Amino acid sequence: MESVFSRYKNLIVLVVILFAQVLGLAVQVKRTTDTESTRLIRLWAVSAVTPFEKAFNRVHNGSWNLWHNYFYLRGVRQENRDLKAQLEQLRIEQVRMSEDAQQARRLQVLLGFKEQYIQKTLPAQVIGSSGSEQSRSVFIDKGEKDGLKPDMAVITSTGIVGKVLKVFRSTSQVLLIDDQSSGVGGILEKTRLQGIVRGTPAGEVVLERVMSDETVQAGESVLTSGGDRIFPKGLPVGTVTKVSPGQELFLNIRLRPAANLNKLEEVLVVTQVVEKEPSPSESGPVRAVDILAQRLPSVPDKPAEDPNNPNKKPDGTEANPNSPPGTAAPKVKPESTKPAETTPPRVAETGSAPRAVAPRTSTTSAEGTTTTAPKPVIKPATDANTTPRVSGAAAGGDAKAANKPAGAGNPAGPKIIVEKPAIPTSKPKSNSAASPAAPSQDAPQ
Amino acid sequence: MPITYTSGEQVEVYRFSLPVTIGVPVAAVWLQSFLSLHFPFFKMFDLPLLVTIFFAMARRNPIAGMLTGGAIGLFQDALTHYPLGIYGIAKTLVGYGASSLGVKLDVENAGARFLVTLVFYVVHEIVYFTVARGMVNLSLTWSWPHELISGLLNATVGVLLYFMLDRFKQRT
Repeated sequence: MESVFSRYKNLIVLVVILFAQVLGLAVQVKRTTDTESTRLIRLWAVSAVTPFEKAFNRVHNGSWNLWHNYFYLRGVRQENRDLKAQLEQLRIEQVRMSEDAQQARRLQVLLGFKEQYIQKTLPAQVIGSSGSEQSRSVFIDKGEKDGLKPDMAVITSTGIVGKVLKVFRSTSQVLLIDDQSSGVGGILEKTRLQGIVRGTPAGEVVLERVMSDETVQAGESVLTSGGDRIFPKGLPVGTVTKVSPGQELFLNIRLRPAANLNKLEEVLVVTQVVEKEPSPSESGPVRAVDILAQRLPSVPDKPAEDPNNPNKKPDGTEANPNSPPGTAAPKVKPESTKPAETTPPRVAETGSAPRAVAPRTSTTSAEGTTTTAPKPVIKPATDANTTPRVSGAAAGGDAKAANKPAGAGNPAGPKIIVEKPAIPTSKPKSNSAASPAAPSQDAPQ
Repeated sequence: MPITYTSGEQVEVYRFSLPVTIGVPVAAVWLQSFLSLHFPFFKMFDLPLLVTIFFAMARRNPIAGMLTGGAIGLFQDALTHYPLGIYGIAKTLVGYGASSLGVKLDVENAGARFLVTLVFYVVHEIVYFTVARGMVNLSLTWSWPHELISGLLNATVGVLLYFMLDRFKQRT
């Protein structure tokens, strides 16, 4: 027995070592990766390698910055002039874009859209890679102590990079989008077709799950769809480079990543994403309906009002908040009413006199006439026992209750305080011609 | 090609100091990680594999060779996001094979080193491919031209690297 062992000692040791590794591998493969904690050997390996990479990176960046920021300044004046000219161009473009963005935001408010906003990002330096052709991941110099957690999105200014996979004390491993085990929800910018962005074993990025009967053009941009719950919607993923028929009725769409994954130096880790409805207050004082009103020829003009008494009409009369919806317009002059305090649990907006409306309340009348209305901020009153329900669905809902004054029709109901004065959107016109749909509905006084 | 058969008594067996035994593999893994980041084509090289072959051939001890290969492979595995052991198994086998070959052949000259490195690179890739596909279910594509070109490049770099590392050899 002893002679057999000594004779085949090397082979036996080899079999034992291989068996142990195969067994360990099988155990790891069987376990789900989500519940897997960081193994000690990974911790040791990363701790052994990353300090050198950090140190080298610091020295490299320091010397590079010293050279470029203090010595190598040739052409800086010319570059400065060029950048100023570019800045002017961008300012002009920004004005145009901001108008569009504001309008889009207001329309989103009207439709009750919820959007994800990147609230906080953390810049990080890429200090190393896995060094393997198969594992496409990089290490960054921020970790647990900086507040990073697994599954945080990693982006650059040009596009998405990947997600945080493993977090160590002061470093993190980032899985790139061109790795075969990564997956990102993607949407084609023009056609709005959705698919899954994946990496291939060869390191390419493809968009999967797009049916072959769809038409996709090379050059089209792909954005994040937000469906993966990691990347916020609308971030650039890449551009379609080649479209060919794939397997199982799906197209084979190759992408060129928007971020240069082969030359990553600095990245941004998205540490906080908030989901909220866009507020029109973010976009300025004018609502979408105001813009639409300006474009419609038959819209009644916005009254000027007394800021001290929002209930009081400019002609001295008080607005009647009890007026049912769609009834006040014919009798009330454009420069007439603006209720200051109303108590609708739901606010309905119709094509009549201005009244308190929630930001999400529809402002188009049943007849399709759009009117200008004040843009209120709605607050629950101090004696309100219930939270005021103001929603887009209420627009065509309980209109009578919507116009009852506080403490009168619904004493127990919540108060809605209209804080902002009305926004005049166009010059006064004669009211009789203003609302063609309204005259048949006289307001009962 | 001057590959000569030598008996066990004729071959030189070397040992290495502890700093070299630990420092060289760590430096190889670090360089592999760092250079691959800045020069993507460097992913074709496998410096930890070259170090494994060098130590195995110099020590000429199969057990030492497979333990060194296994440790370096697991270290390399730890930097990837795949299960530990894929590189470990491949480099254990390469360490065993290189040290066993070193006992029987004179692998001190450049030509022998070039051929041995080329052969073991291909062996390493075959084992890696088999384990990765068979056990971890990775979808890899095998390409002989790619592997052969990579093997030739690795063998060229390996010959240069071995001559640099020869300085750390200590006679037993």
